[in-house]
Amino acid sequence: MSLLGRIVMLGRRSRMEREIEAELQEHMQMCIDDNMEEGMSREQAVREARLRFGSPTATRERVWAEDAALGLESLGRDVRTALRGFVKSPGFALVVVATLALGIGANTAIFELLDAVRMRTLPVRNPGELAEVKIAGGNGGFGINNGLLGNFTVPMWQEVKDHHEPFAGIFAFRTDDMLMGKPSDPRHVYGLEVSGNFFNVLGVAPWQGRLIGPQDEAGCGLTKVVASYGFWKSEMGGTPITSNSTLMVDGKTVQVLGVTPPSFFGLVVGDRYDLAYPTCTPPNPRREVFAFTVMGRLKPEWSLQKTTAYFNAMSPGLFESTAPEGYSPDSIKTFKAFRLAAYPAGAGVSYLRDQYNSSLELLLGITGLVLLIACANLANLMLARASVRQREMAIRMALGASRGRLLRQILLESALLAAIGATLGVALAQPLSRALVTALNTSQNSIHLTIAPDWRVLLFAAAVSIATCVLCGTFPAMRNANAEPIASMKSGERGVVGNRERFTVQRAMVIAQVAVSMVLLVGALLFVRSYRNLMAFNAGIRESGMSFGYFGFPMAKIKPENLAAYKRQLVDDVRTLPGIENAAATTNVPLSGGSWSHHVDVGALDGSSKFTYVSPSYFATMDIPLLTGRGFTEHDTSGAPLVLIVNHIFIRKYIRTPSPIGQHVHVRPEPQYPDRTYEIIGTIPDSKYNDIRDETPPMAFVPIDQFPVEAQGPGMAIMFAARDRAAAVETVRHMFEEKHPGTIMQFHDFEQGIRDNLVGDRMLAMLSGFFGVLAALLVVVGLYGVLSYFLAQRRSEIGIRIALGASRGRVIGTLLRDAAVMLLIGLGAGTALALLAGREASSMLFGLKPSDPMTLAASALLLGIVTLLTSLVPALKAAHVNPINSLRVE
Amino acid sequence: MAKNDLQGALDLLILKTLSQLDSMHGYGIVLHIRRVSDERIIVEEGSLYPALHRMEQNGWVRATWAVTDYGRKAKWYALTKGGKDQLASREKNWEQVVKGVDAILRFA
Repeated sequence: MSLLGRIVMLGRRSRMEREIEAELQEHMQMCIDDNMEEGMSREQAVREARLRFGSPTATRERVWAEDAALGLESLGRDVRTALRGFVKSPGFALVVVATLALGIGANTAIFELLDAVRMRTLPVRNPGELAEVKIAGGNGGFGINNGLLGNFTVPMWQEVKDHHEPFAGIFAFRTDDMLMGKPSDPRHVYGLEVSGNFFNVLGVAPWQGRLIGPQDEAGCGLTKVVASYGFWKSEMGGTPITSNSTLMVDGKTVQVLGVTPPSFFGLVVGDRYDLAYPTCTPPNPRREVFAFTVMGRLKPEWSLQKTTAYFNAMSPGLFESTAPEGYSPDSIKTFKAFRLAAYPAGAGVSYLRDQYNSSLELLLGITGLVLLIACANLANLMLARASVRQREMAIRMALGASRGRLLRQILLESALLAAIGATLGVALAQPLSRALVTALNTSQNSIHLTIAPDWRVLLFAAAVSIATCVLCGTFPAMRNANAEPIASMKSGERGVVGNRERFTVQRAMVIAQVAVSMVLLVGALLFVRSYRNLMAFNAGIRESGMSFGYFGFPMAKIKPENLAAYKRQLVDDVRTLPGIENAAATTNVPLSGGSWSHHVDVGALDGSSKFTYVSPSYFATMDIPLLTGRGFTEHDTSGAPLVLIVNHIFIRKYIRTPSPIGQHVHVRPEPQYPDRTYEIIGTIPDSKYNDIRDETPPMAFVPIDQFPVEAQGPGMAIMFAARDRAAAVETVRHMFEEKHPGTIMQFHDFEQGIRDNLVGDRMLAMLSGFFGVLAALLVVVGLYGVLSYFLAQRRSEIGIRIALGASRGRVIGTLLRDAAVMLLIGLGAGTALALLAGREASSMLFGLKPSDPMTLAASALLLGIVTLLTSLVPALKAAHVNPINSLRVE
Repeated sequence: MAKNDLQGALDLLILKTLSQLDSMHGYGIVLHIRRVSDERIIVEEGSLYPALHRMEQNGWVRATWAVTDYGRKAKWYALTKGGKDQLASREKNWEQVVKGVDAILRFA
């Protein structure tokens, strides 16, 4: 029988036995048949056969022994013994399995998220061949940037589109917001602008109809789109794509060409796309707008290094010919010094990687520590269980069981527990990681991730459970295998003198648990307090009741020279509505991620400053007080002198004179933003710009009427404050529909938006808090268990002491001192570890340092109180030991 | 030198029988050995079956369930390639053993 056969036969002992039985039975029958043929009577024949055969049982056993010689069957027997043991003490098994399932589940869930965000490759053909081309080290904020994905301007793309020796195919794409349906109440859909080769190079086949091809690039103007599978199912009812399949997008009727397969979500991990549309080459592309991501499929003989060298070599020419105009010579020099390089792109690109990578790694660390504490608890539990079974083990050893055999039995028990725990853990991880993704979703920004266990996740879970098994199982196993049969049998389960060494191991484990949970508690308190700081932080602007709307108006109706007046009219229309406290127009909504800077010269100093163009009512609407000088008025028009209001940081950084008022600020030219000199007329305090967590940058405000005409677009943002936010939005919407029909409107809750930006911090605070409490609980359980165990071991000793006249107070004192020593050492080690670990986390904290003494003290105090209370219970029990009873059992 | 001990004799007998009969069940092997040896050698079932199963574990024989000429179901054993090799080496070995035993008996 092959090894495989043997393994298959494992646990099928009865079947094997039946087979042997049948074989021997047949043998006997043949013997009887022959005997009868020779003329014997039936009884004689049977008797003769039996005599000759000897004991059937003995033969069967011997045959069986041959089949089982490899020892696998005995392994099966060990498994059964172990399972029987678990059934006999279900409490123990349940606690162990549940703890492990939770620990492994939490770890796997976090790992699964990390895997989905960072490691999983794109669902396209041979993703490993994909490479991204971008400026090495980024463009340093040059020009206008479309975030993470904006690495290429259109002219740059045009250059590499025709010169890409290393790539078999190359494509460009960018993500874009699109509006679908009625202009007055449109819905956001996720757009994906792709070059003609996008789907060909990726190797995405159409699910329905056809996908975008190179021939679709001709002609600008949105006319045709390709839908994602999800969009097609939910928005188009999954009906077959025909030439009549059209949609209303951005106010136009567009043709739906086809549908992509279900697995294809685009190339941005964590995002999905709804509609893809072909890019086009406008006659005069903006040369300073970095909007596109460029990727290609490498030819087999081209390595990333070689490819980088290729693009590096072509960079000088490329940046020379694509340089934008209207910048200062310095800026142009920076632009021309950019160098392209190739990077692996098999896992796509993702905002989540930057945003949550460190949080996820930290969480993985936290859950790892929780699992470690759980392991220590389990090891102690198994140790306690093992010492209860010491007598059994001793007897088995005395009967001839080898130490190796016993060791195997104990290791097998922990392996079984770990395996069951891991299986449940992996199952538990699925809903857990989905819940995490849901927790990170906000109304404004939804995350779409494929959460499914792949081989990495399973490998991770397996590694974790093996580590767990070794951690929980080895100590008890070694302990028991080393037991001296005579000694254990003599002292039995009620040893008078505890084995000193055993206590050391358990003590060390309790100390380690206290230390680790101290780290976790400190972390939890830090993150919870950091989140509270963020929530309670005064950004220096009004948040409550604040909304903002983006309004896009049909340009055909308005002449460019009337645009400023039209916009002023819109703001006034909103301001005068009932229920609206105040309203203002701005080119940049604070704390929503957008950013606009100019390079300024103030006297001899130069540097960057944020610039926002606002209507005169802005400061009143946002509750920003004017510190000195005057605010903007209706008279600060494009014809009037150019004026500026700056914040405190601006003054600190650029103004060297006693009073900033009247100082001149020169703004260096940029395309659409001409060379200008402003005069400072007022100052305001510092308020946050685009992220609460960031330091306030130098900020300058310009009257919106002085916004360069060239930069004006057919839309604007209006912020409005109201007591009843929802009603205000409806009022504004209604007013626009009545007075300015055809306006595209989108409304946002300003306060909610700010909260949504903190969702990652909230998750970190919630999870670290949860795990911190869990860790403390585990420590309580562990400590209680160990102390109770000590007590059980020393019961007789305590009995003798009490009998000899020790006061109960002294007995309590002894046990408490024991606990206190462990606690103090643990807290000391924990504080050191927390300080060490805190350095890594400092960038994730807001408004407090990782070495915050208050937090450290609070954690230590909390842990101290909890553990001392826990140890009081066994100590009191010890004090009530009745000497007569405890000595009688001897 | 004959390394094999005398107990190897049973294995040798079984292997040889199977090589002569192609495929046979346990009872048949007993009968064959008894008949061919003129009733001089009688293999006991208590030794035969453990030996057969051990050989099966070692991969010298393979077993299948089949029906006998008399309509009984029995486990039939047949030599594998490994079993044939084993037989060849055992036969050579046996010659050495016989010579060795003979020499001892003749020693005066």
